[in-house]
Amino acid sequence: SEHACAGFYQNKKTFFSFFFILVCDPADVISTVEFNQTGEFLATGDKGGRVVIFQREPQSHRHFIGEYNVYSTFQSHEPEFDYLKSLEIEERINKIRWLPLHNPAHFLLATNDKTIKLWKVSERDKRAEGYNLRDEEGRLKDLSTVTTLQVPVLRPMDLLVEASPRRVFANAHAYHINSISVNSDCETYLSADDLRINLWNLNITDRSFNIVDLKPENMEDLSEVITVAEFHPHHCHLLAFSSSTGTTRLCDMRASALCDQHAKLFEEAADPSHRSFFSEIVSSVSDVKFSHSGRYLLTRDYLTVKVWDLNMENKPVETYQVHDYLRTKLCSLYESDCIFDKFECAWNGTDSVIMTGAYNNYFRMFDRASLRDVTLEASREVCKRRAVLQPRRVCVGKKQKETDVSVDSLDFRKKILHTAWHPKENIIAIAASNNLYIFQDRLTPNGHHNTPEIQSAPPKWQTQPNPPTY
Amino acid sequence: MFSKGTKRKFSDGGEEISDESLLGARVASSYSLQRQSLLDMSLIKLQLCHMLVEPNLCRSVLIANTVRQIQEEMTHDGSWHMVTEAFCSAGQSPSERLVATEVLCRSREQDAEPKLFSVISYEGCREEEVVADETLCSVSVSDTVSNVCLAGRMGQCWEKSELSGVERDEEALEDSRLGSGEDEEIDTEDGASTESPKTIGQVFGTFEIKNGSPGPDSALEELFSDVDTSYYDLDTMLTGMQSAPKMGPYDLLDSLAPSHSSPSIVSTPNCRSDLNELDHIMEIIVGS
Repeated sequence: SEHACAGFYQNKKTFFSFFFILVCDPADVISTVEFNQTGEFLATGDKGGRVVIFQREPQSHRHFIGEYNVYSTFQSHEPEFDYLKSLEIEERINKIRWLPLHNPAHFLLATNDKTIKLWKVSERDKRAEGYNLRDEEGRLKDLSTVTTLQVPVLRPMDLLVEASPRRVFANAHAYHINSISVNSDCETYLSADDLRINLWNLNITDRSFNIVDLKPENMEDLSEVITVAEFHPHHCHLLAFSSSTGTTRLCDMRASALCDQHAKLFEEAADPSHRSFFSEIVSSVSDVKFSHSGRYLLTRDYLTVKVWDLNMENKPVETYQVHDYLRTKLCSLYESDCIFDKFECAWNGTDSVIMTGAYNNYFRMFDRASLRDVTLEASREVCKRRAVLQPRRVCVGKKQKETDVSVDSLDFRKKILHTAWHPKENIIAIAASNNLYIFQDRLTPNGHHNTPEIQSAPPKWQTQPNPPTY
Repeated sequence: MFSKGTKRKFSDGGEEISDESLLGARVASSYSLQRQSLLDMSLIKLQLCHMLVEPNLCRSVLIANTVRQIQEEMTHDGSWHMVTEAFCSAGQSPSERLVATEVLCRSREQDAEPKLFSVISYEGCREEEVVADETLCSVSVSDTVSNVCLAGRMGQCWEKSELSGVERDEEALEDSRLGSGEDEEIDTEDGASTESPKTIGQVFGTFEIKNGSPGPDSALEELFSDVDTSYYDLDTMLTGMQSAPKMGPYDLLDSLAPSHSSPSIVSTPNCRSDLNELDHIMEIIVGS
């Protein structure tokens, strides 16, 4: 609990953090954040349909990691209009997923509510010069002036990063797409909307296979929707999807073409002492993530994060309270619609620490081995250059410390829904509205988790040294 | 805070009147007031999400489930019956309603169409439409009737299965609450649902055409036709009866306004009442 761990952090050195903020157009709230498989690139999608990719510079200073600087920016999706329903289709990027690297170019999938696009991001640092038929500006030469033939040569040029759409996967979702997930076979991927999950081949855009369908015969009977879906990191036949009723299902695609029958159902019996009209809403799963090992599942519901062992369906192996002090405020959160906020969750590279966002620009981390947890804040006021993040504590009653924050003074408009953890190192990306924060662990810049030095001290989170140049 | 969710205690009948049982009664009425308030809030939320461009389906489903849950509990407690009775009597003013419904009470207008709520709450997901032409729409192919979907008609298209589903759902609710007196209506509903698809299509065809009639206000009509179609009580339209409303989970909002006159397919709402309706909605949204 918050109170139990406060004492631990009081005795440690204060945290320093480097300040790194990406200043976006205020209208463009960041809607998704994703590292690629090596962690060299970080992609963000925003409400305006833009994708911004950051690249990590090579490590220049022994104490600090290489910085993340803007690598490429492109408009992925535009607003569309559905003429049949007379509805606008928002251009907001709901999810980005990187494809594993196979060649010098980078590929990522980006989706809005209705359409998934495969983007190729490639570099060009050479230019051919000395064409015979055209001059340097591309104008056709007067052929009478051409007296000799020359072979064009490649000359270096300023690095140009180009993004081009390679595939457009459209018209397969009648409801809003909430997830995409690339299969470990690197040939297929799934896309999930509120009621259906489709399987695509990355090379085929005019066809997809429906593998899960929750749509009832009569829409009036609808009581459950799909919230998130993800492929298993190693087993190409397994996928998990979670629902608004608080269940997470594991499906085996080998069993049948339509995976409506789950192979496993992960659901915890509701606590009778907490039963209320809001029980179902707070149990609705807002994010599902397989552990890197593939052995565990992480689920996020409104008040907790839970770790499930794939071999045990009836209850999670670990439950962490994110902000239990909200349990008595559910009615007003329902009224303000905050109760429907969908928070994401993340594993670190070794599956030893879990992270998730909360309100008031707070985010929480839970160390699974020591059961220690910490609340940190991502906000401009708090993050100064080279300052270490100070842990926060939310108190329900009277303040015990000056730095405590009362529950009633929490700002519910400041929510951290999207977080990402570097696949190998202790570097995290936090999206707070239109700002992106990147923090690093000061003590373990290389991110090696096994040395005794790291185990004795929790990560001390810092932000990057320099603001990016646009 | 009823988020604690503790069941109130019923004092057993025949007990002597003590402070405890009086307190129990007060707690009980406080709980049911809070529950009622939650129900009203949920219905407003469902209503409002019909006004949005594309309602968030997950949120709608969760709110609807909450409404169902409250209804079930109220049915179980016997208080649901009282609620439906209260609204069945014509002209009964729900003045004893709670603050949560004040917004609706405020906007009671003489000539306003009281229907703000459709029986089906998920028409926001109007996806079962045939792709006539890929350039027309971005929705994928599905397997249902297309005769109700006229090109250029903007608004929802009712599915045949949705239609019969509504009736079945209402039937189920009816059965659980009222007695056999309603059988006749149910039978009529049944009759309607077993009509040939063409007949139902015709009904909706007429409905659609009427709604989407071209004219000087056609652009206006089209713009508001989303809002329009949710005003028609499906049940009434089919049966043509202006009977006591069937309290489905989504009907309750209809009855909260006092002048409950179910518009039948005969009474054509004109543009003016549509605009009045729009005013009413805007008031709720703006909260003026």
